Amino acid sequence: MTNRRVVITGVGVTAPGTPGVKNFWDLLTAGRTATRRISFFDPSPFRSQVAAEVDFDAELHGLGPQEVRRMDRAAQFAVVTARQAVEDSGLEFSSVDPGRVGVTIGSAVGATMGLDQEYRTVSDGGRLELVDHRYAVPHLYNYLAPSSFATEVAWAVGAEGPSTVVSTGCTSGLDAIGYATDVIREGSADVMVAGATDAPISPITVACFDAIKATTPRNDDPEHASRPFDASRNGFVLGEGAAVFVLEELESALARGAKVYAEVAGYATRSNAFHMTGLKPDGREMAEAIRVALAQARLNPEDIDYVNAHGSGTRQNDRHETAAFKRSLGEHAYRVPVSSIKSMVGHSLGAIGSIEVAASVLAMQHDVVPPTANLHDPDPECDLDYVPLVARDWRTDAVLSVGSGFGGFQSAVVLTDPGRVRS
Amino acid sequence: MSVVVTGLGVAAPTGLGVDAYWANTLAGAGALDRISRFDPSSYPARLAGEIRDFVAEEHLPGRLLPQTDRMTRLALVAADWAFADARLVPSELADYDIGVITASHSGGFEFGQNELRALWSKGGQYVSAYQSFAWFYAVNSGQISIRNGLRGPSSVVVSDQAGGLDAVAQARRQIRNGTSVVLAGAVDASICPWGWVAQLTSGRLSEHDDPRRAYLPFDEDAAGHVPGEGGALLVLEDQQHATARGAHVYGEIAGHASTMDPPPGSDRAPTLQKAIQRALADAGAVADEIGVVFADAAAVPELDRAEAEAVTKVFGPRGVPVTAPKTGTGRLYSGAAPLDLAAALLSLRDGVIPPTVNTRPSERYELDLVTGAPRRADLKAALVIARGHGGFNSAVVVRAPEPT
Repeated sequence: MTNRRVVITGVGVTAPGTPGVKNFWDLLTAGRTATRRISFFDPSPFRSQVAAEVDFDAELHGLGPQEVRRMDRAAQFAVVTARQAVEDSGLEFSSVDPGRVGVTIGSAVGATMGLDQEYRTVSDGGRLELVDHRYAVPHLYNYLAPSSFATEVAWAVGAEGPSTVVSTGCTSGLDAIGYATDVIREGSADVMVAGATDAPISPITVACFDAIKATTPRNDDPEHASRPFDASRNGFVLGEGAAVFVLEELESALARGAKVYAEVAGYATRSNAFHMTGLKPDGREMAEAIRVALAQARLNPEDIDYVNAHGSGTRQNDRHETAAFKRSLGEHAYRVPVSSIKSMVGHSLGAIGSIEVAASVLAMQHDVVPPTANLHDPDPECDLDYVPLVARDWRTDAVLSVGSGFGGFQSAVVLTDPGRVRS
Repeated sequence: MSVVVTGLGVAAPTGLGVDAYWANTLAGAGALDRISRFDPSSYPARLAGEIRDFVAEEHLPGRLLPQTDRMTRLALVAADWAFADARLVPSELADYDIGVITASHSGGFEFGQNELRALWSKGGQYVSAYQSFAWFYAVNSGQISIRNGLRGPSSVVVSDQAGGLDAVAQARRQIRNGTSVVLAGAVDASICPWGWVAQLTSGRLSEHDDPRRAYLPFDEDAAGHVPGEGGALLVLEDQQHATARGAHVYGEIAGHASTMDPPPGSDRAPTLQKAIQRALADAGAVADEIGVVFADAAAVPELDRAEAEAVTKVFGPRGVPVTAPKTGTGRLYSGAAPLDLAAALLSLRDGVIPPTVNTRPSERYELDLVTGAPRRADLKAALVIARGHGGFNSAVVVRAPEPT
């Protein structure tokens, strides 16, 4: 591996509530929540009827009618958000060799919403086992193969370098950034448009999480349904959205006078090899991912100013994660602010890792850490400083953001402010 | 640092296990046939390359069956075979020193189909507790990791039919970053009515009913491909680690590159040629070193022309033997390229190029396509090409091991 360093020079966010980076940051720092009763379909037959939805108007965000027709909602999020990130970066893509620009888009469940709808049509409401191809929409292949997300983004921004979707369940949003960082470090590209998207608020997804009681049944109080680290937590709230970044090799970013948000200083992923959905309480593999990411960034635990937690609000996750922080950060785990923005924007599966990286980058930019909303009565086994309810002014030069997902994946990203942190 | 292949696990329509697959491939076997798993009469395409001799119960514990799609069962068994072939016991490695990186095309689509049917015909409470993970794209990496105790870096890439090579490239990156062993490749299967209907909309499926005339890349009669199921998983290993344990080495993953084509209607040139040239440069290889090219072989005239042009621009007209044994298996989606990689390594080992079956090569493509019988050749290196719907191109150069 070379010594090439990778920095974030552009940020785009389409998060629950009103899309856009500023709206996202305003929501987080106000401690407001975007969770509500599901409006996309009648959720009454389901155990969990709450979700964090994006108020998204595709045409308002510049997508043409053809683009809207051929793209699943998650692809639409990805394209709109990637364009924002590119614009924010100030990078003139016309002045860069397109072959040196690649795309990595994370997504856990691809075009689930489109597949759910189209299956219903071609199966005549589930009646036909031999589904009828004459009723299939022409772009159904793009739903079948979610690699279409990477294609759409590449074509939207004019990238002709290494392009792929990374799909590692709920760590996809971190792993896509790690993948893109590896590609730049290796020298296979100089610029990567990287992030993640998911739009899973669909009957099949709601039903599958109902089946394992992973999502909350707190239907009578949707605004306060996502309760990470609280003693009363009883499952996560499904979300949707996207965050996309422009990643660049440091020297060329500095040479063009780019605004540098953060360096992707460390990344690692490990697997628990234990269970597809279960977690061991000791947090051992997540701790190892954190340890390796810190070592790559040449930082000690004490150098981390803020931890952006996975904090999904399931019984097992929040304890697992708390144990992982103690195991990897030692005494510093008790001193560093830790918060979960899923309390406000829900859990958008593969997208959330990138949305959380966006929150981490903004925390560094503003020296403010977002709170954990709805945390009134902490679980005694979750005994760290989770920044309850209110955002905190806090000098933030180095952030650890972690994720944990089905399949056993445990990932960690370390972001630093290259102007303020020696690394 | 060199990354080498020390084990192969193959599940193909033309053979389960490396030895059966290779013997049948050299013999020019074809497994394309009318679909047997559902009645294809009502669909415009009716042929597939099915794996017909796989009985999951013979290889996997019963508790895994209700929670796995067919592609995951095949992948779990291919992983077992790959480790056995490498004579490697994952639990004997240091903690976190071995991972798994797979590609997926469309996840456990048949499992998803069955649960969608339960949802819409009966209701949400009939959806399986396993649906939350059994269909998703990460499932094969997750299940292989659990079965074999692989706790090192693992991942999943989705880049249509180019993904299998991208997974191998990502595995090489992780080994260069310090992990000793990564299992990499892909096994795919979506031959079910819902998968079939979705595949039909690509417009690239052959509608012929004669298995010998249905999938004919680089032929005047090319009119689409026949889908298949299966793929290959490869044990990739840091060369020093392999040497230290006295492992048999099939070859080195010497070079890789991937590119994205500009959108249809663009005035910019397609990028496959660049992917090939960059993979060669990455391997430190000149074109003359490549003894055989395993083609993507789309069997869509426009795509065959683009691939032939890229190959002839790099190697010259009829400048290198080209083959597509996938004519015997059908296109295995993300499983296709890892299977070609396995075939390329076996070609290097045995000094023989397997034939492309059924195709009568058209003169217009100016390719030296190996057809009929296998061809003897002194091979030092091979190039594998994979392309995906939506502009994906990926190329890998494998090199024969240094003689010891």
